[in-house]
Amino acid sequence: MKLKEIIEKLPLKVVAGKEALDHEISGGYCGDLLSDVMANAEKGAAWLTVQGHQNIVAVALLRELAAIILVNGHQPDEETVAKADEEGVCVLTTPLTGYRLAGKLFECGLI
Amino acid sequence: MRTYKADLHIHSCLSPCADLDMSPKRIAEKSKAEGLDIIALCDHNSAENVEAAVRAGKVCGVHVLPGMEINSREEVHVLAIFDRPDQALAMQEVIYQGLKGVNRPEFFGDQVVVNGLDEVEGFNDRLLIGAVALGLEEIVRKIHALDGLCLASHVDRPSYSIMSQLGFVPPELKLDGLEVSDPEWAGSGGKDILDNVGLPLLTSSDAHFLADVGGRFSRFRMASASTGEIRLALQGKSGRAVEI
Repeated sequence: MKLKEIIEKLPLKVVAGKEALDHEISGGYCGDLLSDVMANAEKGAAWLTVQGHQNIVAVALLRELAAIILVNGHQPDEETVAKADEEGVCVLTTPLTGYRLAGKLFECGLI
Repeated sequence: MRTYKADLHIHSCLSPCADLDMSPKRIAEKSKAEGLDIIALCDHNSAENVEAAVRAGKVCGVHVLPGMEINSREEVHVLAIFDRPDQALAMQEVIYQGLKGVNRPEFFGDQVVVNGLDEVEGFNDRLLIGAVALGLEEIVRKIHALDGLCLASHVDRPSYSIMSQLGFVPPELKLDGLEVSDPEWAGSGGKDILDNVGLPLLTSSDAHFLADVGGRFSRFRMASASTGEIRLALQGKSGRAVEI
């Protein structure tokens, strides 16, 4: 499934990395400790987090994640948006909590 | 030039979870007994006991640097260490503006403000254990704008450390040094990680109980007890040096 198909169905706003919307998304990972995400997130996953620091971009690149989704209304730092645009990493925001968004991603068939 | 034995991370009874015996006077006395030349008082998100600690240190002959341990928006703990209480109190103003919530003593303990004579002046009712609504970069900038030292706390711990929260030390961040809780960690598995970062290391006790004061310390070879000299020692400049 492509990232843009998910964006059409769910309340997600693209805040950085628009050119990555054609990327394939294959699953998800939830975590706010970057040490944990670096160790465990799977390639192609959408990463649900509240962490908006610019280090999230490097973690997404390292693990080859499909997108970073800041949940529960959290916003990325300015440096994060700049870096994500530069590196072509898609950053999305949603007013939904991580729990609810994960449920909706399941409903979309990402399991 | 001489060697100073320094423990730059000590909490007082103002910190939630710190022992009530951690009064500035007792900390100063214990520091003297441990042979420490310099200590920094770094309570969580507050500097309300630093003036008492500086005064108590003068009585005992221990140089007390006023500081605080700030919990950033990313929930990374960083130490802000200054030469004078007015600098620490200016930093406290910045932090208080971004700190929400009220303490619940039944969960986090009393947050006691005392004077240099160990007399209770009052209780701080802010949620000092909370995170401030400021990102790390901004906190580091503000500390440096006030001429303070900025050290990442206990980078080798699995919680509230820059490594746990952010995975690695952002290269752009202008930290003055990294505190390790376990110098052995720095010497073994952590060494590769920290070598890549290229920031100087120091160790300190992070004491919340009197018995832990001076339990870990760093030795600074420098000309006087000041944050400027500590910065030079951390950078290994002008004949200054730090040893952990």
